[in-house]
Amino acid sequence: MELPAQTFRVTRADLIRYAGASGDFNPIHWSDRVATKVGLPGVIAHGMFTMALVGRAVTEWAGSPDAVVEYGVRFTRPVVVPDDDQGAEIEVTARVREVTEDGLTRLEVTATCLGEKVLSQARATIRTAP
Amino acid sequence: MSLDPSFVGRTYPPTAPYQVGREKIREFASAIGATDPAHHDPAAAQALGHPDVVAPPTFPVIVTMAASRQIIEDPALGVDYSRLVHGDQRFAYTRPVFAGDELVCTNTIEDVSTRGGHGFLTTRTDVSTVGGEPVVAVWARYVIRGEA
Repeated sequence: MELPAQTFRVTRADLIRYAGASGDFNPIHWSDRVATKVGLPGVIAHGMFTMALVGRAVTEWAGSPDAVVEYGVRFTRPVVVPDDDQGAEIEVTARVREVTEDGLTRLEVTATCLGEKVLSQARATIRTAP
Repeated sequence: MSLDPSFVGRTYPPTAPYQVGREKIREFASAIGATDPAHHDPAAAQALGHPDVVAPPTFPVIVTMAASRQIIEDPALGVDYSRLVHGDQRFAYTRPVFAGDELVCTNTIEDVSTRGGHGFLTTRTDVSTVGGEPVVAVWARYVIRGEA
């Protein structure tokens, strides 16, 4: 079963806000100068910010903010965030892999940006709504 | 980047307690656009049976990323931070994090290896309350890129 797709727009302002809230001030997430110096195409989103947005999609599908039992991802490709008003768009979809007898639902999640997967092995286990 | 495999299994002393503030949860939830009232309003969280506002699922990384500096900055292990790339991240929750929690992290090195000139480091952080109640186990896998 496929779950309804959700999209998240990420701008430079969002990265600054996430840096402050999370305490991750690595300059590759706010300085083009530093990002290009280390070989990136430009400023990229924090992997953990992408993971947080996908986590929002998961809790949305679960229907409850406290339903996530397990959640893991592999960061495969950076989300490049241009310095404009549009920023980048991340599309998140998921498929139900399994519903267990003890009330857990296992999801296989896909997150893409510009048609390319930015995460792999993205899996979440949620408590199935009663 | 060659890392010493004898570090596998090493556990570090528990970190100083991190006090989870209600405003920090609200700030983090706002930064990721999580608008569910249970992240912001104690009454909404209490209606779900929780003592105070509920942290979003990736919130514990604030605590564990700071705690993992114990490993990443361990001079004996010798990780070159400028070559460090975050590869994987995983959380297994016993329960969500709530405002008012005082959390302690215990770091363990689960895996150290070198392949194709790159170093790989897997850490496990057991997050529990100061009272010893387990809250969440957090794994991170890092790649330490080799010199080209």
